Amino acid sequence: MRAPASDLPLVLDNVSLQAGSTTMLDRVSLEIGPGTPTLIVGPNGAGKTRLLRLCMGLDAPSAGRITWGGRADRAMARRAILFQRPVMLRRTASANVAYALAQAGVPHRERAARITALLDRVGLSDLAQRPARRLSGGEQQRLALARALARDPEILLLDEPTANLDPAATRGVEEIVLSAARSGIKIVIASHDLGQVRRLAGDVIFLVRGALCERGRAEDFLDHPTTTEAAAFLRGDLVI
Amino acid sequence: MSDQLSAWQLILNGDPALFAIVRLSLAVSLSAVALAALIGMPLGALLGLTRFPARSVLVVLLNALMGLPPVVVGLAVYLLLSRSGPLGSFGILFTPAAMVVAQTILIVPIIAAPTRQTVEDLWAEYRDELTAMDVSPVGRMTTLLWDARFSLVTALLAGFGRAAAEVGAVMIVGGNIDGFTRTMTTAIALETSKGDLPLAMGLGLVLVAIVLAINAAAWGTRVWSERQAG
Repeated sequence: MRAPASDLPLVLDNVSLQAGSTTMLDRVSLEIGPGTPTLIVGPNGAGKTRLLRLCMGLDAPSAGRITWGGRADRAMARRAILFQRPVMLRRTASANVAYALAQAGVPHRERAARITALLDRVGLSDLAQRPARRLSGGEQQRLALARALARDPEILLLDEPTANLDPAATRGVEEIVLSAARSGIKIVIASHDLGQVRRLAGDVIFLVRGALCERGRAEDFLDHPTTTEAAAFLRGDLVI
Repeated sequence: MSDQLSAWQLILNGDPALFAIVRLSLAVSLSAVALAALIGMPLGALLGLTRFPARSVLVVLLNALMGLPPVVVGLAVYLLLSRSGPLGSFGILFTPAAMVVAQTILIVPIIAAPTRQTVEDLWAEYRDELTAMDVSPVGRMTTLLWDARFSLVTALLAGFGRAAAEVGAVMIVGGNIDGFTRTMTTAIALETSKGDLPLAMGLGLVLVAIVLAINAAAWGTRVWSERQAG
């Protein structure tokens, strides 16, 4: 089994990311601790996805330092991520969850019960034996959530989880995310959907051009933004 | 005309000499495919998943080896296994074992090259998910091989088709010994030159039927898998 060491708080200290001569993220410092969902907000190209990948430990920063619970090793002990376009393994829905459980080190005899519980949690019990790649977009997103939850994460990162979904599917995904948050999982969502920010956020990290522009409680950010960029973004202006 | 008639009679009457040859051919080629799969699939997956300086050279070489002439493989294995060769002490030259060795060498590239390509394409798609799930390097290989299983069946069938149809390698290292190392292809070559056309044609018909069946199976697998896995 994995060490019970905690991945929280997640601390970024002056983190920058360069791709060639382009600066994707510019000296971002922030701390993410347990609590209500944190929404990473900003226009397209602001660096939300890059920031999430760094938080997951998928990429290394060009400069600065990231620590998880005080540790700097990028081993993905208690973290999980939901990509914007999750890739389904070429197996059944239930085999996808079984795979994630096996990778998370869950003993074989416990897996069947966990698969049933996880598929039930995301509302896919009836589709357990369906090939995962034959599921609809919303169903695939929920299956990816089940896979992420199979890792029993302390922190769950989601990249635009509902960007390509219709309202009904969006509600399905958001309800699962909120129930995960209630069960004590720290949720971090990258989103440019202000409605979603209002529905889900406890606090907001506002990114512009790779830099941390504003950070605060969701109500404050939405109703009384302190920076001109945030005010413009909330008005619906193009923030470049 | 009468030659063709007797060819069919040999098949329909279950001529023991004919079917002993068919059995040996299938045993040799199927063993070679099994061995080549055990070597070629991990090799292809490894080459698809690793990055090192001379990798492109190896990829080009592997692709080129798919067209390896069977007689050249036969000659190389002959030199290795002949009494004065480095592996001569095994004493397996002119046995079915030597034929399996030669065919295995011949079809390892035919299985490894498409495996490399398939695994590499699939890795581009799976990389983020598998990394985020903390999958070990060996786990990545087995996951990708399993998820590429339908494409890999096609590679296996191609390897079998090549093995069953080649004559040069088995002729040189097997020696075409009657009742011992005579396969369908070597028998056809011999019987034709001897003028025993019915047996040659009977074997030819069986061989073509097998190759056809293999290709139908490859096609069917592809269609079925596209329906299954999407």
